[in-house]
Amino acid sequence: MFTVGRLAQPNTIGEAYRVLTEERDAAILGGCAFLRMGSRKISTAIDLTNLGLKGIREHADWLEIGAMTTFRMLETDPLTSKRFDGVLVEAVKQVLGVQFRNLVTVGATVFSKYGFSDLIPALLVLETEVELANAGRITLETFLNRPSGKDILLRVWIRQDGRRAAYRSFRNSASDFPVLTAAVSWLPGQGRIVIGARPSKAEIAVKASQILSEMDFDGPKIDEIASIAAAEMSFGSNMRGSAEYRRELCKVLVKRAVAEVAACK
Amino acid sequence: MQIEFVLNDKQTVWEVSPDEFLADTLRKHGLLSIRKGCNTSNCGLCTVWIDGKPTLSCSVLSFRVEGKTVTTIEGVSEEAADFARILVAEGADQCGFCSPGFVMTVLALKRELTAPTEEEVVHYLTGNLCRCTGYLGQMRAVKTYLGVTQR
Repeated sequence: MFTVGRLAQPNTIGEAYRVLTEERDAAILGGCAFLRMGSRKISTAIDLTNLGLKGIREHADWLEIGAMTTFRMLETDPLTSKRFDGVLVEAVKQVLGVQFRNLVTVGATVFSKYGFSDLIPALLVLETEVELANAGRITLETFLNRPSGKDILLRVWIRQDGRRAAYRSFRNSASDFPVLTAAVSWLPGQGRIVIGARPSKAEIAVKASQILSEMDFDGPKIDEIASIAAAEMSFGSNMRGSAEYRRELCKVLVKRAVAEVAACK
Repeated sequence: MQIEFVLNDKQTVWEVSPDEFLADTLRKHGLLSIRKGCNTSNCGLCTVWIDGKPTLSCSVLSFRVEGKTVTTIEGVSEEAADFARILVAEGADQCGFCSPGFVMTVLALKRELTAPTEEEVVHYLTGNLCRCTGYLGQMRAVKTYLGVTQR
């Protein structure tokens, strides 16, 4: 169980960032579900409730998702649930139960770069950017690959380019952490394959994505793409499965996700 | 710190510490229907409604209900009893420890979903675990309650 010395509820982003950087052991509070599992001693807990960061808004070319938006909101709001072939719904709907998804936030999950995340691979396969208080707006891919540092994730932006997308995961029991995740998206000339829960965090399968970008969706090519994705990614073992098991699962999940995208084309 | 919110239709003012979770706060004030069954935010026994949405009270910091509406089973007792009667008739109530959380989720399901399929019902109830039954009695009870099968 974590402890909190004092609570700060800043009214501006600047104030929130100042408290975070000036105070030792300060922490931003998201849904707190994962924080609860640890025993961190937080001097000042920073609650972002007053910053208007909960909600999903549509702009001309982009969807704006505030950091305090819950998984359940992504699942039920038509702005996100009916876009990109429902890939965001497919991703989050297997995360525990509705009660849990009414609590966990997009911002906390993305900022924490959880390896086991279902949401991150689905976001990474779309054209997604994150907006941070200090670092500004950068691509999700850049954010995931840069070293961790003190900052506040404010919003997630997804370009509305109408790409086709599909999400697949494998878990040992329904609603459990995934053993492996795979997301695929496609626009003419812009295929992307993402593998997550390797068990480490989601990454783009570059070679396989390149072939997907050039292909015409015939049967044998799909098998080849799946094999290439499985071969180029690195996998590890943990209590949910071995590296070899993940590599085999990868072939299957990628094949199914690519086939689904091909069918929608 | 002081929090002011509506609990079961009553304006309520309580003293809480910033790292106190809602389940503990509610139980401290005598609402013993809220149980903690897992420590890992996955069993659903602690389910309450916050602004009408089913939520795990074990994982909500109490200060976060400031200005909101919290509903426990004590606040929807008639409706809960109506469903509980069906649950008991199906033999789905063994130790009963999971029941209050389960009932709260079923009542929320009835409000949130329109004419759900069996798959959608199972999906909505995935966050409520039961160690005794194997869930078949609960599913029969839910179908009866939703008017799918005859009482």
